[in-house]
Parts: sequence; structure tokens; C-alpha cells
Amino acid sequence: MALLEVQDLHVHYGAVHALQGISFTVEEGQVATLIGSNGAGKSTTLRTISGLVRPSSGSIRFDGQHIGAMAPHKIVRLGIAQSPEGRGVFANLTVHENLEIGAYTRNDRAEVARDRERVLHLFPRLRERLKQLSGTLSGGEQQMLAIARALLARPRLLLLDEPSLGLAPQIVKTIFQIIREINESGTTILLVEQNAHMALRAANQGYVLEVGKIVLADDAHKLSQSDEVRKAYLGIS
Amino acid sequence: MTTLVQTLIDGVALGSLYALIALGYTMVYGILRFINFAHSDIFMLGAWFSCTIAGLLGWAVGTPPTWAFIVVLLAAMAACGLLGFIIERLAYRPLRSAPRINVLITAIGVSLFLENFGQLPKIFGNTPTKMPALIPDIALGSFAGVRLSLVNLIVIVVAVVLMGALEWLIYGTKLGRAMRAVSYDTKTAALMGIDVDRVISITFVVGSALAAAAGFLQAAKIVAVQQPAHVSWVQLGLKAFVAAVIGGIGNVRGAMIGGVLLGLVEMLGGAYLSSELRVVYVFTMLILVLLLKPEGLLGKTTVEKV
Ligand SMILES: Nc1ncnc2c1ncn2[C@@H]1O[C@H](COP(=O)(O)OP(=O)(O)O)[C@@H](O)[C@H]1O
Ligand SMILES: [Mg+2]
Repeated sequence: MALLEVQDLHVHYGAVHALQGISFTVEEGQVATLIGSNGAGKSTTLRTISGLVRPSSGSIRFDGQHIGAMAPHKIVRLGIAQSPEGRGVFANLTVHENLEIGAYTRNDRAEVARDRERVLHLFPRLRERLKQLSGTLSGGEQQMLAIARALLARPRLLLLDEPSLGLAPQIVKTIFQIIREINESGTTILLVEQNAHMALRAANQGYVLEVGKIVLADDAHKLSQSDEVRKAYLGIS
Repeated sequence: MTTLVQTLIDGVALGSLYALIALGYTMVYGILRFINFAHSDIFMLGAWFSCTIAGLLGWAVGTPPTWAFIVVLLAAMAACGLLGFIIERLAYRPLRSAPRINVLITAIGVSLFLENFGQLPKIFGNTPTKMPALIPDIALGSFAGVRLSLVNLIVIVVAVVLMGALEWLIYGTKLGRAMRAVSYDTKTAALMGIDVDRVISITFVVGSALAAAAGFLQAAKIVAVQQPAHVSWVQLGLKAFVAAVIGGIGNVRGAMIGGVLLGLVEMLGGAYLSSELRVVYVFTMLILVLLLKPEGLLGKTTVEKV
């Protein structure tokens, strides 16, 4: 059984039918990616999984349990953490406080301290800035903080919404390197991206989302070789 | 010199009251971005609960024990805290995703309800009530004509203790960190596993309890507590709101500083210019701050969030 199973999911924003019956799965231990252009419904998918948006119909099962009607804070406790689009760091809090907030659901102080060390090892640049207000960080550092913060919830499933957005190519490379390391240490990842090239290289399984529908689903490597994806998303004709 | 010292003491005491009330305005605004117009009524009810509770405990006659005021203060804070919790639950929570103007109008409705419902004969009635003399009207000392009354000392001490406790709550605890996160971005806070509704409830309880403390202290300072809709309560609540704006609405330390500053300006103006124009000094100060630093003394220029 897959760790996450989404079936025939529909989401509306008022009259906008943003997700029109999408189905996909994320296997435990893997990286799955959802690629698509702006407005396709990628963020809506992640927001719905996290409980910020209510589905109109369809089911979301995490580890066999239905979570479609659950409150966001309870979903985090089940083991799903998200680094949202645009990073969403709390600019009025220090880097250290942002990391603490990431571990909000946990009471095992010693384990949290150990996880923080592990995360700071992944993102050494954050260690130098622990006391700084996170609003003063660069875009790349804020992205790192958003991922680090999500990791401190010790999720079984990590949702990443466009971690490459607005970042220089060199930093994007670093961040994708770290995403792979996170996955190798056992965390399942659902990655949402417009940067199809990077995303398909990092993922095991890929899905292509177009205006609220999944139009292609395949092994990520095969997907990156397919004509449709090469033309529409990788700019190769 | 004597007048100056006396005025400073009175100004800080008055300003402490403003600060306690301003904190509730600013905390709710910080999280929900709306002005809780019913907040000054909570302050008024704090005074009324104090009278009622002291009466029920048999402290309306004779000489109550010295510690009686602490019991009444805490009981009034608890009663208003509960009331704040209920108001948020019944009036504001159902409007969580409604346009802000709806919430604002509801707040005005809650305010009118509390003022008029309170005047019903079976509730508080519409004749002034005498506040039991929980704090005897004595001077702790008179030095060269400067009088430090016990009431003023208690007002300042209680305000300082409560503000210290609030400062600790917001900047020193996990709950406070969650409050600051919710105030910055509710949705992302929920993604961190924070129960946002619970944090909002707690914010209302804490803000209302602080206003109740101010209500108790104000009642302890004056002899007769006027009926709920009386202009004196409305005006004090309004001035406290001005203090919150001057300090930078949404900023907790700003509310404290704004309150004390406003109390000082009002009292200094009253002592050295004309005591008739105290309200004028308050609004002059508001206009000056809005002209020179529209976001308030400690406020940050924030881009309205979508
Ligand atoms: N809060 C909202 N209210 C109304 N429409 C929205 C809202 N958020 C997203 N949409 C619409 O839903 C569709 C999908 O948006 P989104 O999930 O943000 O796409 P993506 O993340 O793939 O760019 C778009 O048409 C967008 O305009
Ligand atoms: Mg998006």
C-alpha cells in the first residue's frame, strides 16, 4: 500500500474548479513529483493534503487513514509536514524560533535537539544565522529554513511546494542535492515544481498536471524521455 | 517641582490603565486584523464584575481583609476571560472567513449588546453602584506635598506585574511563540501543527482578563461605578484604543509604551495647560503620531497581506 493515496480529488474555490478529479500515489521511501505550469493546481493539491483547503469530493488516504476532512494541525501530528510556496518563514521570528515552531507538535526535547543538529548539518548556513530575524535572510536561505523547519516536525511525508522558485541556478542545485539527501535518510517526499528538469531528475515517480487534471503519470526517468514532456516542459523539440 | 512629581505619578497610574486595555485591542488586531469594538465594554464589565463579586463575598460592608482585593481582581479577570472566550466563540469565530467589515460590524453589535443588556434591571441595573472599599483610600506617604496613594501604588504594581507576565508569555513560552507565528501568518502557522482556533481563543481570554484588571483598578479608584453605557467608560476605552494606535497597533510592547505615554501627556497637559482639555491632548498626540509615524511608535510598515 502506498503511503499517500489520492483518489478522484475535486477542489473548488467558489466557481473555480481547481482540481478536477486527480488520482495519484506516493510510495513510502520514494520521491514523487507533480509538475505543471503556473495555475495548474499544484499548490492546491498540497494545500488540500495539508488540510488548508477542503476537498469537494474524493479521498485522501495517508497510511490507510482518511485525512480529507481533518484539521491542518492534526494532519501535521499524523506525520505530514509542508514547506509552502513562497517559503512562508515567520519573518518576525528568529531562525532559531522558526525551527522551534517547526517542532511545535513534539514534546521529546532531547530528540528535537538531536534533529535540529542533524538539520543544521544539512543546512550549515542556517547555523550561522540562528539568532537573526528570518526576514533578513536571502531567498535561498529562507527556502532552506522552510525545509529545515518542516523537517523538525519529523514527518513521514514531506511536501515541498516549488523549492526552486525565484532562486539562482547554483542555489537550486544545492537545494535539490539536499532534497535527495533527505530522501536517502528515509523521508518520503512529494515535490511540486515548475522546474520539470530538476524535479524529474530528483524523483522516482512523476505526474504531469494540466489545468486541474493529471495528464501523464509514469516513472520519472521515462517521463523525462517522453516527447510530450520534452516539448512542453523541458523546452526540447 | 512638587506638581511635576505628583503629575508624573498620576500620569503613570492612568497610563498603566490605558496600557492594560490597549493590550487587548492590539493582541486581537495582531492576530485577526480587526478592531474589537467590544473590548472597552469588557473593561467596563470588569469593573461591574468586581463590584458584584465583592458584594457576593460580603465585602461590601465593613472593612474587608487586606487580601480581598486580590481575590476580587482575579475573580473579575476570570469572569471576563470566560466572557471573552464566549464572545469569540459565538460572535467572531463563525465569521472567520467572512470579509473583515462583517466582523467589524459584529463587534459594534456585541458592544451595543453588552452596554444595553447590562442595564437591564436584573443584570446590573442603570443606577450607579458603589464599589466596596477594598483598597482603603490612604496615602502611603507625603513627601514635600507629593502624595503617593495606596490605590495608585497598587494600580502601578498590578499593571507592571501583569505586563511582565504577558511579556513572558509572548516572548518566553512555546504558546507565545505560536501566538506570534499565528499573528504573522495564520495558514503557515497551521502547517506547523498549531491549533490556530485555540491560539485565537487564548488571545481573547488573555486580552479580556487584562481589560478586567483595568476595570477593577479603575473601579477601585473611583467611588461610584456608573452604569454600563456611561460615557466615562466609553471614553476611557477609546483613549486606550488611541494608546494602542500610538504604540503601533498589533505591537504588544507598543501598547504598553503608548498607554503610559498617553497617561503622562494627558496628566501633564492637565496640570500645566488646562485641565478642561485633557481629551484634546490625547487626540492631538494621536494626530501628531499619525502624521509623523503613521504605523505608530513601535509599529512596522506592513504591506497588507492577502
Ligand atoms: N484562494 C484562491 N481563490 C480562488 N482561486 C484560486 C485560489 N488559489 C488558487 N486559485 C486558482 O486555482 C487554480 C490553481 O491554482 P494553484 O493551485 O495555485 O496552481 P499552481 O500552484 O499549480 O500554480 C488557478 O486557476 C488559481 O487561479
Ligand atoms: Mg503554486
